Amino acid sequence: MVEVKNISKSFGSVKVLDNVSATFKAGQVNLIIGASGHGKSVLAKCIVGLHEVDEGHVLYDGRDFSLMNRQERTEVRKEIGMLFQGSALFDSISVLENVIFPLRMFTQMSEEEMRERATFCLNRVNIIGKDDLLPAECSGGMQKRIAIARAISMNPKYLFCDEPNSGLDPKTSILIDNLIKELTYEYKMTTIVITHDMNSVMEVGDHVVFINSGQNWWEGTNKEIIKTTNEEVVSFVYASSFMKELREKLINN
Amino acid sequence: MNLFEHIGRYFLMLRSVFRKPEKMKVFRKRFFNEVDYIVINSIPLVAFLSIFMGAVISLQTASNMSSPLLPDYTIGYITRQSTILEFSPTIISLIIAGKVGSNIASEIGTMRITEQIDALEIMGVNSIGFLILPKILATLIFYPFVIIISMVLSIVGGWIAGVQSGLYSTEIYVYGIQYFWSEDYTGLYYALTKTVVFAFLLTSIPAYYGYYTKGGALQVGQSSTNAVVASSVAILLANYVLTQLILI
Repeated sequence: MVEVKNISKSFGSVKVLDNVSATFKAGQVNLIIGASGHGKSVLAKCIVGLHEVDEGHVLYDGRDFSLMNRQERTEVRKEIGMLFQGSALFDSISVLENVIFPLRMFTQMSEEEMRERATFCLNRVNIIGKDDLLPAECSGGMQKRIAIARAISMNPKYLFCDEPNSGLDPKTSILIDNLIKELTYEYKMTTIVITHDMNSVMEVGDHVVFINSGQNWWEGTNKEIIKTTNEEVVSFVYASSFMKELREKLINN
Repeated sequence: MNLFEHIGRYFLMLRSVFRKPEKMKVFRKRFFNEVDYIVINSIPLVAFLSIFMGAVISLQTASNMSSPLLPDYTIGYITRQSTILEFSPTIISLIIAGKVGSNIASEIGTMRITEQIDALEIMGVNSIGFLILPKILATLIFYPFVIIISMVLSIVGGWIAGVQSGLYSTEIYVYGIQYFWSEDYTGLYYALTKTVVFAFLLTSIPAYYGYYTKGGALQVGQSSTNAVVASSVAILLANYVLTQLILI
């Protein structure tokens, strides 16, 4: 479980996060949604420690990440897997070496064991026979799946996904969403996904946090979001006329 | 950011550079890759430049020696001194700062803007140490050998040019090269000290600019340019300070 308590973060005079609190439970796909520029990526970066919070606390299963020294944070980070928006694969090494990388850095596994584990992770995300390709030789969807394989290679307790569907077609997006969902349930991870893809919200949103103007505006499940009367959430989620019609039909049913 | 903020952040970065690597085996591999990438790959360019610059130094010296009071072996002596004291350590370092500096800044800068550095940090890797320490150590340890190669090749270049032009004989040139050599090693000590300092500057400064790149492709290009300019300026300043401290 990951908890954020009263987090605030400013860049210069601009307050990006204002007293945000939320709880992300283990074994669930937790979504952080919100319009662009409203602080959801900053919130995620504060949670993983890429940005230092100005105020508040981040707790990983009760361990206060904000109070930890570098060494303690490194230990927690070994339990974190992250899928970046642009995949962030190391472009000068092969697909297999990308997945092996965290194992090589932090485990005492033999070369054979590392290869076995990496191949297992790649197979798990349906990447087969692409070991020797460079990331640039793979499609966007494949790169995301390779990044997921790298993220799960160390058996993480916490999985962060920053806009996993950006730049992907709807079919591949659903594939990635389902993969994240399956892995979350399979490994009982605490998964936090930053997205503005409404398909993702409906498909995998066990728990949804809506961030607006740097504040936690709304929290609930994907079922509850259909019926919410919160104006900001409704105007964000049901922005298009098609979605508005869909919402009315869903409520009427 | 003003200059002082850059300098402060540069030294803060250096503090992280010299932390113990997470895994020595990985570090060793990266270290030797950097030796190959930065040092070995620079040797052909350095060799080419050194031979021709040595040749030009000796030919220019010979063509400007109109006084009959100056012995011919002065050509060898001047070529040796110019090469060891200034050309090989400083001019070659400035050229390598251009070649290697832009490379380092753009490599690390691209990793920054494509979130590869963030990925390293999330995994718990000290990204500064992981990316920069092997480059600095590889250059500190092996770059002086490149400069020694440059010194030798410049002198050889001077010999080839002079002898094939008929300006002086091999014996006279070699006598000039050996002149005062056994009595004073200050010049060589000065040159190699400079080389080590320049080696540090020409890797750490571009690494700094690359690491703190923000934005996109345009900013990577700017970082690369700034890195070359800043490391060249730093090399020239260090050259002046070290000359004052060691030779005067």
